[in-house]
Amino acid sequence: MSDKTKIHILDSTLRDGSHALAHQFTAEQVTRVVRSLDDAGLEIIEVSHGDGLGGSTLTYGFSKQSEMELLKAAASVIKRAKLAVLLLPGIGTKEDLKMAEGFGAKVAQIATHVTEADIAEQHIGLAKKMGMKVISMLMMSHMGSPEKIAEQGKLVESYGADVVLVTDSAGALMPHTARERIAALRSAVKIDIGFHGHNNLSLAVANSIAAIEEGARWLDACTCGLGAGSGNTATEVVAAVLDKLGYDTGIDLWKIMDVAEEVVRPIMQKPVRIGKASLTMGYAGVYSSFLLHADRAAEKFGVDARDILVEIGKRKLVGGQEDQIIEVAMELAEKKRQTPPTSRASA
Amino acid sequence: MDKVRAAILGSGNIGTDLMHKLKRSRFLEATVMAGIIPESEGLARARDNGLITTHEGIEGLLALGDKFDIVFEATTAKAHLEHAPLLKKAGKVAIDLTPAAVGPYVVPLVNLNENVGEPNVNLVSCGGQATVPCVHAMREVAPVEYAEIVASIASKSAGPGTRQNIDEFTDTTARGLEKVGGAARGRAIIVLNPAEPPVLMRNTVYGIVEDGDPEKIRKSIEDMVRRTQEYVAGYRLKARPLVEDFPGDKGKKKVTVFVEVEGAGDYLPKYAGNLDIMTSAAVKVGEEIGKHLAAGTWHRKESMEARA
Repeated sequence: MSDKTKIHILDSTLRDGSHALAHQFTAEQVTRVVRSLDDAGLEIIEVSHGDGLGGSTLTYGFSKQSEMELLKAAASVIKRAKLAVLLLPGIGTKEDLKMAEGFGAKVAQIATHVTEADIAEQHIGLAKKMGMKVISMLMMSHMGSPEKIAEQGKLVESYGADVVLVTDSAGALMPHTARERIAALRSAVKIDIGFHGHNNLSLAVANSIAAIEEGARWLDACTCGLGAGSGNTATEVVAAVLDKLGYDTGIDLWKIMDVAEEVVRPIMQKPVRIGKASLTMGYAGVYSSFLLHADRAAEKFGVDARDILVEIGKRKLVGGQEDQIIEVAMELAEKKRQTPPTSRASA
Repeated sequence: MDKVRAAILGSGNIGTDLMHKLKRSRFLEATVMAGIIPESEGLARARDNGLITTHEGIEGLLALGDKFDIVFEATTAKAHLEHAPLLKKAGKVAIDLTPAAVGPYVVPLVNLNENVGEPNVNLVSCGGQATVPCVHAMREVAPVEYAEIVASIASKSAGPGTRQNIDEFTDTTARGLEKVGGAARGRAIIVLNPAEPPVLMRNTVYGIVEDGDPEKIRKSIEDMVRRTQEYVAGYRLKARPLVEDFPGDKGKKKVTVFVEVEGAGDYLPKYAGNLDIMTSAAVKVGEEIGKHLAAGTWHRKESMEARA
């Protein structure tokens, strides 16, 4: 037994990473990735539509293969690791959770907007009843004050959650603001605390480490930093940093680097990077999953994706409101049409 | 004609908003409000407005049986399951605003006529009332293979009942899109938005339809929205419906409709369009039933037994 502090890492390449591929993972790819992550020593491996179970819709994008097929593929090769799924109440339902448990999921991440944890009471309760480990995610944590996060953390603790994650869905937190939120939770709850980062401001690893230093013991990460927006905390990178800092993640560093390089990178359709639109998300505080939707709407209606994202930030849209991106783009296009070019130039 | 007399079961926000709307009705008159808390503010307000009140719930209401003909159920699904058989036995038509769904789903301009004579009708859900008319309007032009809706509501307008049973919203609304809207398959999503000031209810309605003339589809939806505005004034399109080719499926069209619902602000705040559309639809349904009752054309079907 090592006397090093244990950090629990959930690899979400096949869930949050799914956003970067517009939810087009195949069962064959899932099999390969799960087998290699399992072999690299990952503790928990998550497989779901990017927007959680039941996310395969016109609004969020249809999955190439059903969640049942993908979970079945994952369960068929997983050995040491635990299989996890994500559920967003309002999108997925308790029935989806039962289906996933039936296919071997042992961990349930239940995510709500940072102020709305009370819509998850039944789902957390059901997952606990089925014997699953429950990780509660408070999404868009940058929109909730530390006090609000403490209050919501207490709620999910009372519902039975085992872990609560400060979830930086917009990649808008910075080390000190991440730290304040972890500290607020630490003084409010007895359950474990964790952090889920996005790299829109190139701070995902730095924020994760700040969270660990403040007492967080759980991290979400994606191999190759795959994920919505500019991607998530890269599993292989954070594993290396934690190793250097003297923490125990159970991950074989060489092996996870190989997984990133040889298994996941070839699947990626394009490199995950900090582009002007995804940087704007971190800057304006916009839900990272909106990226591809905003890019598509920008092209379709001839407007700048950054203008769409800034407007979405102003309207305080939350996770799940992808449907309104088109409407925002249409309004911006209409405004552009009505504004003569000369006055725009002088504006 | 004499106004048909209506009782309101439930003295909370919904019951009070109903009372205000009924005061404007040309066909209905609110005569009784029943609650279960003697010192309820809702009951006090009802008395101020000239209604007879009882705090003895369903028993108290049934004891006043000669004072009303129809009942608006504005309590909870659990309570309505107990109330429904008692109301039926007493010969009172129940208009159910809870998710109990004892009786068939109704959306005023879509399927009320098919349900004449039902002792109990159910209002689906706020999302259903806001989106089923759009799906039905598509269906009038072309078969709807799939309908999907996203309803965004202000966090402040979602009470504990909705929050603790969020799956009920998604399930009920999806079934409404199928059973009443006529979609072969339905799917519903709900998002609570905590922004301040509170946001108005916003719905996006998608339909995948078999090939149909885009202009006819748009017009059918716009007509339906105009007619719905007659009973929910704040129901409106945010933009003209989009009709596009559905990628990968030759001949099929993807229809996108953007609908906003602003409440009338009778008792509930204006942003709570999601609650306003329920009370407005309930009153509209009550009025249609009332007209039938007054004309003697509401023949009772024994559908509750058939269903059970």
